[in-house]
Amino acid sequence: MSLQEESETPEIESGETELEALLDDLIVDTDDHENAPAFVIRPDTVQETLGRLKNEAGYDHLSLVTAEEYPDRYESIYHLKKFDDPTDEVSIVVPTDSENPVSESAEPVFRTADWHEREAYDLVGIEYDDHPDLRRILLPETWQGHPMGLDYDQDRPQMVPLRENANPLQDDHRSDADSDTMFVNIGPHHPATHGVLHLETTLDGEQVVDVEPDIGYLHRNEEQMAQNGTYRHQIMPYPDRWDYISAGLLNEWAYARAAEDLADIEVPEYAQIIRTMGAELCRIAAHMLAVGTFALDIYGDFTAIFMYAIRDREKAQNILEDLTGQRLMFNYFRLGGVVWDLPEPREEFFEKVRTFVNEIPDALEEYHDLITSNEILQMRTVGTGILPEEVAKNYGATGPVARGSGIDYDIRRDDPYGYYDELDWEVPVEDGCDNFSRLLVRMREVEESAKIIEQCVDLLEDWPEDERNIQANVPRTLRPDDDKEIYRTVEGAKGELGVYIRADGTEKPARFKIRSPCFSNLQTLPEMSNGEYIPDMIAALGSLDIVLGEVDR
Amino acid sequence: MSSERELFRTDDSQVLTETRDARMSGQGDRFNSKLREAFGSSPFILTKFDKFMNWVRGSSMFMLQFGIACCSIEMMHTYAVKHDLDRFHAGVPRASPRQADVMIVPGTIVSKFAPRMKRVYDQMPEPKFVVGMGSCTISGGPFQEGYNVIKGAEEVIPVDIHVPGCPPRPEALVYGVAKLQERIANGEAAPVTVKPYELEQFGDLERDEIVDELASEIDEEDLVMRYNWADSP
Repeated sequence: MSLQEESETPEIESGETELEALLDDLIVDTDDHENAPAFVIRPDTVQETLGRLKNEAGYDHLSLVTAEEYPDRYESIYHLKKFDDPTDEVSIVVPTDSENPVSESAEPVFRTADWHEREAYDLVGIEYDDHPDLRRILLPETWQGHPMGLDYDQDRPQMVPLRENANPLQDDHRSDADSDTMFVNIGPHHPATHGVLHLETTLDGEQVVDVEPDIGYLHRNEEQMAQNGTYRHQIMPYPDRWDYISAGLLNEWAYARAAEDLADIEVPEYAQIIRTMGAELCRIAAHMLAVGTFALDIYGDFTAIFMYAIRDREKAQNILEDLTGQRLMFNYFRLGGVVWDLPEPREEFFEKVRTFVNEIPDALEEYHDLITSNEILQMRTVGTGILPEEVAKNYGATGPVARGSGIDYDIRRDDPYGYYDELDWEVPVEDGCDNFSRLLVRMREVEESAKIIEQCVDLLEDWPEDERNIQANVPRTLRPDDDKEIYRTVEGAKGELGVYIRADGTEKPARFKIRSPCFSNLQTLPEMSNGEYIPDMIAALGSLDIVLGEVDR
Repeated sequence: MSSERELFRTDDSQVLTETRDARMSGQGDRFNSKLREAFGSSPFILTKFDKFMNWVRGSSMFMLQFGIACCSIEMMHTYAVKHDLDRFHAGVPRASPRQADVMIVPGTIVSKFAPRMKRVYDQMPEPKFVVGMGSCTISGGPFQEGYNVIKGAEEVIPVDIHVPGCPPRPEALVYGVAKLQERIANGEAAPVTVKPYELEQFGDLERDEIVDELASEIDEEDLVMRYNWADSP
């Protein structure tokens, strides 16, 4: 959309008119996103608008904040949803002028806006008034320029200091000498941080006074890479590398769903079933690793549970390798379908999948014996890392983290895509709000995924041979219309994984923004661990099941 | 079972005799292993100490537990069941760089992480070896054109073995490690590489535009890494 042009008035539905009445004095203009009505507001009324939408209209989930630069202005878009009904969406567009891009922060209304706005400041360069801590989040503090801005020169030299890495033993008192607290760097190279996460921890004795995640050690400009690629083929390999714990197909689906809705591509039913089956195999593999590494974090079990988990992952990976040709980076989805049909001989493949799925209940029993009914693990996880429901919603937590806090929210069921709404399965929810609940949710989800896979295999087996259509008819070059904007989400292994695309009439997206579930989930860590013991903090971090490729993108 | 017979009592004189007999008859084998036979009559091996040390180094490598990105998942699979790197005398991941001999660099290195990776490498004791795993450590891989990605691990630390792939399969990594062992056993040194990015004190840098801009933010004594993106391959 653009301020100068007259934008099309979206179709008036009953809900929209209510919203318009609610925000009557705040709306400057309306816009038309493919997924939701969009209202343009002035940059000094952000808190007022979002506050009204949250408290009076029930839009309690700030899913994503997208920032982008146009030749004549900057824009922040707040994508709002309801936890009760994620199909009920609204976008709030906040344009700011390009000379002095200052906008009001949404942080007092939604806590999750804190990191999202820091990222917008870091990569695009919009400044947020009233923000508690507006610093760079992904790039080093001393970085010059904002790389997702229009006039960024990538060839400029940059300088990165090593000082945050100061040896904690040499310089262990952060504040004045009579303070009792001690400052410890955990990471970025540490076995318990699941990758290159850096936790700046302040300790008082053995208790955590303050923990601040410092991210960006794996910020490999996924958004820029997607913006450099063409829709049809060049973007699809990258989603595999966002959440790289074997969740490739789930991520590919996030891009496929957004791009297919953007270009009005209808995916054949047969391909949808293959997609559904593949995605759930990925979910099992991803959750297996989550469970294995969680046990590793809790009681250093590198021998039994971790190895069992890897063993079961190998089985899933073997099937995925038969299906896609790759163990980890599948690149199997295409816009409008999948790249090839099931491997021949089909019976053998189905037999393999069935064997795997049939073994899952027994395998889970074994895991329950080893993990959830283990007293040591129970002592460490039951009642630790408490994340109350309201706090989780405020931080935009999704996936197993939200479902472990009693939030019944799953995109697969609430905003159906693929073949999920035709199948019989359940969404596991636990209301313990602690580390143990999040573990239980993951393990029960594996069971549900197995159910889904079994039903998919039944369907695929009986599918008539002449109707096996794996690919819709898609133009060789896709050029979605200018100024078409869309935000679509899917249920990834870690939660709500979303993609925002703005087309500009060319074969490449003008803006590609990834909503990473881990990014929002990780924000809850201080909430769960401040005031607790260090081991509980490590357990809480393990139960969040973050993957840094997705946090940093 | 007859009731007169006493339970749980064996004839111990018999047991002793059997044990002794078994030992005596097996004595020759116990002290004359196949290996010993291969050496001939002399129980001594004559070799150069250097050669012996190289053989030991290659046959007992302690890896650094170092996960960066996607490749670390395949690296975990290489350590774990099925592929089991331990079979090749190289499967003990150490969490501390001070106990490690070999660093597998499994993933993309970005500007913020390179100085830290350099620090971890510096903390490893000599002799140390590096296996670069995956395309990102060779050239930046699929992210090479990004604004934030170092174009290969060799820009920061010397690399002995490159394993290509995105990600390489566990078998490929095992092959890479085996090749490294071969090189170590043959006493081959790592190639001398020019590393463009080094940690330097900020005060020692030549004054130019970017140094002037950052002068207020960085102390003279702070270590910095300066990236000249335009010169990168």
